[in-house]
Amino acid sequence: MKVEVRVYPKEGVLDPQGKAIAAALGRLGHGTVRDVRAGKVFFIDVAGGDARAAEADAKKMAEELLANTVIEGYDVRVVS
Amino acid sequence: MKFGIVVFPGSNCDEDCHHVATQLLGCEAEYIWHHDTDLKGSDAVILPGGFAYGDYLRAGALARFSPVMESVASFAKKGGPVLGICNGFQVLLEAGLLPGAMQINRGLRYVCKDVSLKVENDATPFTSLYPKGSVVTMPIGHMEGNYTAPPDVLDTLERDGRVVFRYCERDGRVTDAANPNGAARGIAGICSREGNVVGLMPHPDRCAEKLLGNDQGLQMFASAVAAMAAR
Repeated sequence: MKVEVRVYPKEGVLDPQGKAIAAALGRLGHGTVRDVRAGKVFFIDVAGGDARAAEADAKKMAEELLANTVIEGYDVRVVS
Repeated sequence: MKFGIVVFPGSNCDEDCHHVATQLLGCEAEYIWHHDTDLKGSDAVILPGGFAYGDYLRAGALARFSPVMESVASFAKKGGPVLGICNGFQVLLEAGLLPGAMQINRGLRYVCKDVSLKVENDATPFTSLYPKGSVVTMPIGHMEGNYTAPPDVLDTLERDGRVVFRYCERDGRVTDAANPNGAARGIAGICSREGNVVGLMPHPDRCAEKLLGNDQGLQMFASAVAAMAAR
């Protein structure tokens, strides 16, 4: 099964990369950009056909390693 | 007195620490490969600077799963002195041996320069030879030194005197201009509740002898020697 885990800076945590990207987009003429938050996506291929188990596993992976929950939030999506 | 110096794949200041311990202080020192679980009778453990596991995912994130880290954690729990320098500090944060996390520097650049630091806690095994409130100069070299933690954690650190070093001006004033990376409240180094685990972004190992133009970092290692002698 394919699972996607998105990891991103928590609300309220300063995101220097997102701020820099927002500024660059502004300079490129994208005047509508109000804010950018920069994160990561992990495309994970897991064995087995149980979507609920895959989702639970991926959450555990996020808690244990993929996200630093002091500063990052995450969400998990079973794609197929 | 024996220093144990942990070597992760990608550590690059391990030899600097070994040099300080053996050549400058006349102590024993032993490298501890990250797959080892035996700390080889070390009296103090150093996690040196570098790029453990290439800093993949996040600085320190993969290193914390190295087998040696369980031994380091139980050594720390028993009160053993543990010092994390730069990348070693990042590993201690990821391993949960110290609270908080590192973000990319606010300038989004690698910063490599001398900084002034105020010594705010002289009760740790690595800072006892510095007068409290004194200002020392040490070099930094990092991309992720922007220390952060939830506000209540920062308050607890402050209240309990666990901020060990703070970036400051040469005269000791803590200003935003003196903060090289955006670290919360100018924090450059902290310690555990018991004080035996210390992490800092600056490099005392790179300024421990006159030959390098600055020997103010030597006192961190010498403090550990004094602490061990007093035990």
